[in-house]
Amino acid sequence: MQMSATQPSGEIAYNSPMKILVIEDDREAADYLQKAFAEAGHTAHVAGDGETGFALADAGDYDVMVIDRMMPRRDGLSVIAGLRSRGNTTPVLILSALGEVDDRVTGLRAGGDDYLTKPYAFSELLARVEVLNRRASAKEAETVYRVGDLELDRLSHSVRRASREITLQPREFRLLEYLMRHAGQVVTRTMLLENVWDYHFDPQTNVIDVHVSRLRGKIEKGFDKPILHTVRGAGYMLKSG
Amino acid sequence: MALSVPAIMKTTAARLSALYFLLFALCAVALVFYMTSLSARMLTAQTQETINDEVLGLARAYQRGGLPILVRVVEQRSRQPGANLYLIADANGQILTGNVQSLEPGVLENEGWTSSPFSYQRFGEGELERLRNLPAEQGTTTQSEQNDAQAQGEKGHNAIALVLRLPNQMIMLVGRDLGEPERFRAVIRRALMLALGMMGLGGLLIWFFVGRAALKRIDSVSEASRRIMGGDLSGRLPVTGVGDEFDRLSENLNAMLARIAALNEGLKQVSDNIAHDLKTPLTRLRNRAEATLSGKQKPTDYRQALEGTIAESDQLIKTFNAILMISRLEAGYSSENTNRVDLAEAVRDVVELYEPVAEEAGVSLEADAREAVSVNGNRELIGQALSNIVDNAIKYSTGANAQPAVRVTLERAGADVRLSVADNGHGIPDDGDRARATERFVRLEKSRSQPGSGLGLSLAKAVMTFHNGRLELLPGNPGLSVVMSFPAREDH
Repeated sequence: MQMSATQPSGEIAYNSPMKILVIEDDREAADYLQKAFAEAGHTAHVAGDGETGFALADAGDYDVMVIDRMMPRRDGLSVIAGLRSRGNTTPVLILSALGEVDDRVTGLRAGGDDYLTKPYAFSELLARVEVLNRRASAKEAETVYRVGDLELDRLSHSVRRASREITLQPREFRLLEYLMRHAGQVVTRTMLLENVWDYHFDPQTNVIDVHVSRLRGKIEKGFDKPILHTVRGAGYMLKSG
Repeated sequence: MALSVPAIMKTTAARLSALYFLLFALCAVALVFYMTSLSARMLTAQTQETINDEVLGLARAYQRGGLPILVRVVEQRSRQPGANLYLIADANGQILTGNVQSLEPGVLENEGWTSSPFSYQRFGEGELERLRNLPAEQGTTTQSEQNDAQAQGEKGHNAIALVLRLPNQMIMLVGRDLGEPERFRAVIRRALMLALGMMGLGGLLIWFFVGRAALKRIDSVSEASRRIMGGDLSGRLPVTGVGDEFDRLSENLNAMLARIAALNEGLKQVSDNIAHDLKTPLTRLRNRAEATLSGKQKPTDYRQALEGTIAESDQLIKTFNAILMISRLEAGYSSENTNRVDLAEAVRDVVELYEPVAEEAGVSLEADAREAVSVNGNRELIGQALSNIVDNAIKYSTGANAQPAVRVTLERAGADVRLSVADNGHGIPDDGDRARATERFVRLEKSRSQPGSGLGLSLAKAVMTFHNGRLELLPGNPGLSVVMSFPAREDH
């Protein structure tokens, strides 16, 4: 399936362990998430309904919350709005069966930070949760991103690798900027399409792969070490060494 | 129990009849009222004129011979039968002569016309009363006239009069009985009652014939619709061929039924297609899992099978999402997220998104969208529709002799904005095939070898419907040209 020329980098390399709160009324789905997060090296607590979830979120110190939108007793959006009004800024990923443009906008307006439509791939959810992790998202303010010998200056819009200037098209620059901001993290194709192109649909052809392979050609050709890795079944990761 | 309207009043015909009856009755009452007041005024004027003439005659008598002659003339005239009243009284109001026995007090105090009719008693009234109580001896008066007179007799007769003061402080009254105008009013009142009665009867007849005829037609329509509701979707409402409003109603309802039947047929077709397009990959999925479980496999085989399973289910989810989206768009889903969309920017975005894919496939992808054109819409939906079309164009531009090329053009055409994607591939030469290409799950023979769900163009078409636009497939020269037509924004 992969169009990449480089070999897969094997197992996904995970970031520092996170404390995740999962508020999901489907017992089976919640258990699966808890197990999968644990396998990825994180700790996940599960709440089976909105009220319990709200109490846990209000009391505990979580890095990221995954909240199902439709739940008994208290729906997900109300939980998020309640937490936000109490000054809780923990990043929230909304899970929902509703996937229209309007549903997404409503979810994000209620205070969610990301929106994922069911059914989803766990690799997609994991990648998004890791990107949301508040302890890792301090990079927003930096003007120069560095990954190994690759350097991107956000102000002068210039890219260098090992002091050699690399010319990129505007979109390629934004693509690399996003990958470097989340260096060391898995970035999925839909995340790229959403954040670099601002589209939320599935293109019929995997256009993102072609864009990435083109960018890879520019930042890896002539250098001995690969830096932009393909993570099988998940997406891409920018990582030195 | 609540007050219930009689069942018959629940029909429109009965309600309309009642309404018309009320309306006409009001008109008749107003007309009669106007006529009586007009004729009463005329009669009063006539009465006054008669009195004036009488006074003029008496004045001449007075001039001729003074008071004695006047009194004699009055006495003489009083004896004559008729409606005229005469009275001469002294300064204290004591009646001296005339044919009036008594009258309402205060009438003689003001000189000139009496302000309103007053009641009085004539000489010989008692005797007359007695005579009238003997029916056998009634004279020329009819029964009703007598009744009227009787009714008046109880409180005296009514009259209007002119009161004059004679030079020697005596008072003279010349007047006329009002019996005649009052009889006239009674006649008119009777006529009014009769007219109202006739109208009531007429309304009832109209309701009976017209209303019931309409009711019968409506009942037959109700009957036919109940039959259709019962499941016989091929049933139609009766059309008599007269071409009246009932026929028009039935024709329109029949057209609606035909449309519903067509949609129903379409739905059935779609569910058949969905069943096919979802069942085929689901079966494949199941068979793969079964084949992997049976027999000895190496761990790498399991891995490969599972990866294949995931890829297959992802494709299924995509197809499912597309079907849902098309259904919602076609069902008239309304979005709050429509605003000004810069089409030139949308073209640039999509072309830029597909440019590397086109290059890799050896297709030249060009955009001609310099003019800034905006439409009302949803950027996301337009982007998705356009990328589906561009995706198709890139896939199908190859194969013909020429260097494959796809050209996206944005232009204005009158009140429309046209966004066309033209390729120079083999195109779809057959008109019928071209028309079918936007139907759900239709994959023309030549495209079977290409990956795809058969929903790309259907989705684009649904998106255009959502934007009040059209999606057309036109034969290119060579190749195919897919045209998205949007209504332009008002502010241009």
